[in-house]
Amino acid sequence: MPLLTVDELTVTFGGRGRTPSTAVDGVSFTVDQGQVVGLVGESGCGKSVTSLALMGLLPSKGVAIGGRADFEGEDLLALSPKRIRDMRGSQLAMIFQDPLSSLNPVVPIGVQVTEILQRHRGMKGEAARKEAAHLLDRVGIPDPTRRLKEYPHQLSGGMRQRALIAMAVACAPRLLIADEPTTALDVTIQAQILELLKELVDEEGTALLMITHDLGVVAGLCDQVNVLYAGRAVESADRRELFAHPTHPYAHGLLGSIPRLDAPRGEPLSPIRGSINDKIAWADGCAFAPRCDHYTMGCLTGTPELTAPRTEGHLVRCVNPVLPQNSAEDSDGAEDSDGAEDSDGAEDAEKEVPA
Amino acid sequence: MLRLVVRRLLQLIPTLLGLSVLLFLWLNRLPGGPASAILGERATEAEVARINRALGLDQPVYVQYGRFLKRIFELDLGTSVQTGQPVWDEFAVRFPATVELSLMAMAIAIAVGIPLGYLAAKRRGGWLDVAAVSGSLVGICIPVFFLALILKGIFAVNLGIFPSYGRFTTGIDATSVTGFAVLDGILTGEFDASWDAIMHLVLPAVTLASIPLAVIVRMTRASVLEVLGEDYVRTAESKGLQKRVVRARHVLRNAMLPVITAVGLLTGSLLSGAVLTESVFSFNGIGNFIRTAIDARDYPVLVGFIMFIAMVYVLINLLVDLAYSLIDPRVRVH
Amino acid sequence: MSTKTEKIDRLASLMQQHETTVGASLWREAFRRLKASKMAVIGAAIIGVFVVVAIVGPWVAPHSPSAQIWRGEVLVNQGEFVGARGENWFGLDHLGRDMFSRFLVGARQTLLVGVVSMLIGLVVGALIGVASGASATLGGRAGQRVDNVIMRFIDMMLSLPSLLLAVSIAAVMGQSLTTVMIAVGVVQIPIFARLLRGSMLAQGGSDYVLAAKALGVRKKRIVLTQILPNSLSPVIVQATLSLATAIIEAAALSYLGLGNPDPAVPEWGVMLSQAQRFFDNAPMMAVYPAVGIIITALGFTLLGEAMREALDPKLRG
Repeated sequence: MPLLTVDELTVTFGGRGRTPSTAVDGVSFTVDQGQVVGLVGESGCGKSVTSLALMGLLPSKGVAIGGRADFEGEDLLALSPKRIRDMRGSQLAMIFQDPLSSLNPVVPIGVQVTEILQRHRGMKGEAARKEAAHLLDRVGIPDPTRRLKEYPHQLSGGMRQRALIAMAVACAPRLLIADEPTTALDVTIQAQILELLKELVDEEGTALLMITHDLGVVAGLCDQVNVLYAGRAVESADRRELFAHPTHPYAHGLLGSIPRLDAPRGEPLSPIRGSINDKIAWADGCAFAPRCDHYTMGCLTGTPELTAPRTEGHLVRCVNPVLPQNSAEDSDGAEDSDGAEDSDGAEDAEKEVPA
Repeated sequence: MLRLVVRRLLQLIPTLLGLSVLLFLWLNRLPGGPASAILGERATEAEVARINRALGLDQPVYVQYGRFLKRIFELDLGTSVQTGQPVWDEFAVRFPATVELSLMAMAIAIAVGIPLGYLAAKRRGGWLDVAAVSGSLVGICIPVFFLALILKGIFAVNLGIFPSYGRFTTGIDATSVTGFAVLDGILTGEFDASWDAIMHLVLPAVTLASIPLAVIVRMTRASVLEVLGEDYVRTAESKGLQKRVVRARHVLRNAMLPVITAVGLLTGSLLSGAVLTESVFSFNGIGNFIRTAIDARDYPVLVGFIMFIAMVYVLINLLVDLAYSLIDPRVRVH
Repeated sequence: MSTKTEKIDRLASLMQQHETTVGASLWREAFRRLKASKMAVIGAAIIGVFVVVAIVGPWVAPHSPSAQIWRGEVLVNQGEFVGARGENWFGLDHLGRDMFSRFLVGARQTLLVGVVSMLIGLVVGALIGVASGASATLGGRAGQRVDNVIMRFIDMMLSLPSLLLAVSIAAVMGQSLTTVMIAVGVVQIPIFARLLRGSMLAQGGSDYVLAAKALGVRKKRIVLTQILPNSLSPVIVQATLSLATAIIEAAALSYLGLGNPDPAVPEWGVMLSQAQRFFDNAPMMAVYPAVGIIITALGFTLLGEAMREALDPKLRG
């Protein structure tokens, strides 16, 4: 029984007099207890909106939310505002991208930590302060009692993110959502923060939903990975399987566009062409088709279904997936994979690089 | 903290010096100069020469300026042409009335403006928002003295709810202790006198409050809207904090920063609003006195008033800076 | 081959549905948003009507604004004022002049006062602002000192209540329309100066100016072609808003008895200040010019605020 089951989540923005735009278009995934699940995709694919929807942090006006999100027997999307407010911070917690702007500049760090203890654990005064110091200590902030009196601008970037993590884990939530927690930080600090998150998750048995565009983060941290494109999950697999056999052309392209140590010298990177703005509506076909090197007519008629063309549990939303030649049954796919005579020959050469 | 105060007070010096130069030049540029201002336009040349000598105007300009400066430094603002009394004394007598009026106006503007601006921002696009925004737009477009006339015409002359002029009804004014009519009544136990003074304050204060109120509503609304979109408000919400904690600690504490600055600037501008308001209600404060001084071309009073206002203005700015540094830790550091 | 073209055509047609308008320039985008804003449309409509009245007013006015045609009637009435009637749409004033004609002619004077004083503030303020901003951004240490001195002076002017400043100027120059225009204009100078300097400073610190400097573009050229054009939009907004304040402040000066004493050329502020003496008996005499002032000021304020919103990228969405 998963801790969180998200089923066909849709989020559509559109106030009065605006053309509605769908940010999340039927995302489904599950998070098990203590599991680290990655939500991967480039900016604009709906991953942040998904997390805000789960936390109940989207504005109430001008946003339509559909689908279900079962969390310990309750549908997060259907909870009363009061109930979700009670759950936020205690059962569900979130860490945001930019630690500086995510901290209140005019309130001391200490108050920002103790307020959550006061709210959910009923702690007050000295007891709350002690616990706050303990929390800061636990996330690796040196001299915590002094830091409690300081303001966000007096802390370094990494320290701020640590403080935010301390607030998020203050009430031992069942599920922690981290939205690009390391993007705004230096590379060295990034590693430290990821290490800290891993440690906390291991110790507490907290489930972590990791939202990122950084495949390095995914590789180092996640058990299960969901790749999102234009508001829909296009591929879902366990980390090893995904990195070994990216099957959706988009996931395949993502992995192909990162530099690798084992690639031959001088070999150019192969970025995915176009941008996320070059898309078609999922209802018309595969939204990735305009950027895809091997779309077929079949890609342009209706939403592709999630299938498991390789192994059980490795779900792919593609009519024409990237499959190794030997296991290829789909004739179109086979043609594309070995098709040096095809017009897209240059691209295909890189696909053969072992993952 | 102390260093900030001292530094701001030192900064006051060049401003006031510059201002004194301007005022000095202005006085000398007056049509016919001070002599004809005193004697009127039909003075004979001999008389003008005599006055000029008496005032030291036959001496070099820098000597005159030095003397002018020395007098200002000694708080000697000269003698009012209208009353023959020292300008400083005239101000001192009337100052409490204007302070009382300004405080009440500011209290109204803040007490109504901040909650209204906040609600307008929270319910952006709702009827309250539309009403608050259009109300404040109209508010800044109504000439203050016209609003005074209208309010007086409706609530004093026609409906008779409030008195139409003066600071108190003769006969029930309290024994003067501080010069503040409301406070005097409380201090001496003459509560009916306090009440009477408050009733006299209502219409002028509401008039005077109109512009600050409009500005505060708009300012608060804009500022709250901006803060509501900040990441730290989202963080606070993600912690599941109670609504009142999010509102007070995370939204308002940040949103009030620009409003405090605005309140400071507005307090300075109340004094010129008082010139218009007090005269419509014959409210015997500095504003009304200045109004008559303008009519009478009572230059020593005008010069003294400008000097006086500049000082008040700088002191208010100082207070604003101090208040600011109390709330915003980022300013405190350097 | 045919399936391939078919494939491409189908994709192109599907993508068409997703086409969004991107790449509109800042100004065109701002104008588009302005047209969509109710505030801007109402404001522009008010200004349009006002300008038309101001231009044609004196020609279409049914009577002379200064002739005391119904003097006798007013004297006979003994303090009873004549209100609106068929012959005199807005009634008569205390001297038996036709209020409607005075209102129409007054519109032109009011517009004149507003525009001229705004221009005084704009031109002088902009010159000071540009001098200060340019020396601060590109003048090195000496430039910063120049900027510092100028700004001290500007701050000093700002610290004076505008009304008092105007009164002082009017006191030197005596009563006249010119006085009012100069007095109100001078009050606007520090506002424009500070605004232009502020936005030039902000632009001066931006990356594209840095890039131009790095490319060795001459300083004068950077100011004229890069910084200045990009600093103008807040000034245009302020100019619109200043028209409103100028009209209101001119009325206040008239109320203080510093306005144009010439009865032949009525101006709304002067009309209003004359009417206040008779307010208890004939409130409408004050209401007509006052409503004229309020609505006109509101028109400029609405348009100015709408422009500010349209040009502020932060408020977009």
